[in-house]
Amino acid sequence: MASLKESLTSSVGRKYVMGLTGLFLIVFLLVHLSGNFTLLLKDGTAFNTYAHFMKENLLIKLSEVILFGGFLLHIIQGLMLTAKNKAARAVNYQVAHKHDKVDWTSKAMSALGMILLIFLIIHLYDFFRFKYFVADPQMTADGTMIDLHGIVRHEFSEGGLEGIFHLAVYTLGMAAVSFHLWHGFQSTFQSLGLRHPKYTPFIQGLGKLYAVVVPAAFVAIPYIIKFTAEAH
Amino acid sequence: MDINVTLKVWRQNGPNDKGDFKEYQINKVSTDSSFLEMMDMLNNQLIENGEDPIAFDHDCREGICGMCSMYINGRPHGPGDGITTCQLHMRSFKDGDTIYIEPWRATAFPIIKDLMVDRTAFDKIMQAGGFVSVNTGSAQDANNIPVRKEDADEAFKAAACIGCGACVAACKNASAMLFTSAKVSQLALLPQGQTEATERALNMVAEMDAQGFGACTNTGACMAECPKEISLEHIARLNREYMAASLTSRD
Repeated sequence: MASLKESLTSSVGRKYVMGLTGLFLIVFLLVHLSGNFTLLLKDGTAFNTYAHFMKENLLIKLSEVILFGGFLLHIIQGLMLTAKNKAARAVNYQVAHKHDKVDWTSKAMSALGMILLIFLIIHLYDFFRFKYFVADPQMTADGTMIDLHGIVRHEFSEGGLEGIFHLAVYTLGMAAVSFHLWHGFQSTFQSLGLRHPKYTPFIQGLGKLYAVVVPAAFVAIPYIIKFTAEAH
Repeated sequence: MDINVTLKVWRQNGPNDKGDFKEYQINKVSTDSSFLEMMDMLNNQLIENGEDPIAFDHDCREGICGMCSMYINGRPHGPGDGITTCQLHMRSFKDGDTIYIEPWRATAFPIIKDLMVDRTAFDKIMQAGGFVSVNTGSAQDANNIPVRKEDADEAFKAAACIGCGACVAACKNASAMLFTSAKVSQLALLPQGQTEATERALNMVAEMDAQGFGACTNTGACMAECPKEISLEHIARLNREYMAASLTSRD
């Protein structure tokens, strides 16, 4: 028989953890995206107020801990599963066949995850740079609010190599999100045992739609900022 | 029609030997012969030349025993869907083709010799709970225990698993999830399997992990290569059975 700990560390249990945290992160992406849309407004009040609220609100701080927990669990489980799976085939085949029934993204989940981890570290560095490295990111000494909206818009729209570099990293990161979701979205349902001939085709279709639309929306924002900024 | 093919066969003297491909030329192979008959021809040729014949598993040669475990040109049981190696015919190849043959590769399936692997790990998973041990008594009227036709059909499809190990061989994680799920499903869908359902799911998964198989990434490579075309639906069912068992077991 099995204790709950044994159940959660078995190969099926680990997939449950991956599936549940995966679904949680999928939902988080939508929340994140809806906030990002305020960046599109030329007037920074909405975004800056939003950023201020996100920093100060106690409930947000609590959910931040839950969010970090979700990310950490997903990443740690992913790394542990990858190690276990690699060990299960210590000696590789010499000749590999590319099967047309097997999607490449499904085989590249751990590699895509590693790319996402690197992106996440860069992303969080940028996030904390403004949150903690500046004593109070929202208020300057003379009591006026720091224009975070302007800073972010500048990051993407500034000329020269730096602006292009920011855009490139962001685009590559979102491409990795897209490929990760292409397999990951429907895979979370399979891992949780939610498979049924009536609903699975719909879930798979929705997953592919989500994998394209959501990262595309994320990536469109800086490009819109860049091209509308240059027009002025 | 006869064809000539070049074979690159994995030769390995024992579990700890390094092993390598060895090239063999075999001529005038009838396209009507099965892949295993071609291997027999090759072994006869080797014996006549005083060489060590290639060790490979085979038994029924009609696609139901699951013994013929060859990884041909990068695919378990070679080209073609829903077949075992013995059901693969030489007409699937062209004259002058080079065919690579490897053993199943998985930590849980150590190589005995050449193309022969030890699949005892599957037996261990079965011994952990892949059976019904309640005393069923004497045969009762067939309609005493009604079973939905749909469930009976699903159970039958799961029971078609011949335990060949192609799922493990095809999986990038060498996962035995499709095998284990088929063995859990065939009983989970029937009333006779309910009594021990909790222990079965927990113990078979625990044994699968103990044997060193990987976890499932839901790539579907197993389903694509399974000679009995067993569906990923059974893996989802195993996941449900396992979680229900974990949450309700009392220890």
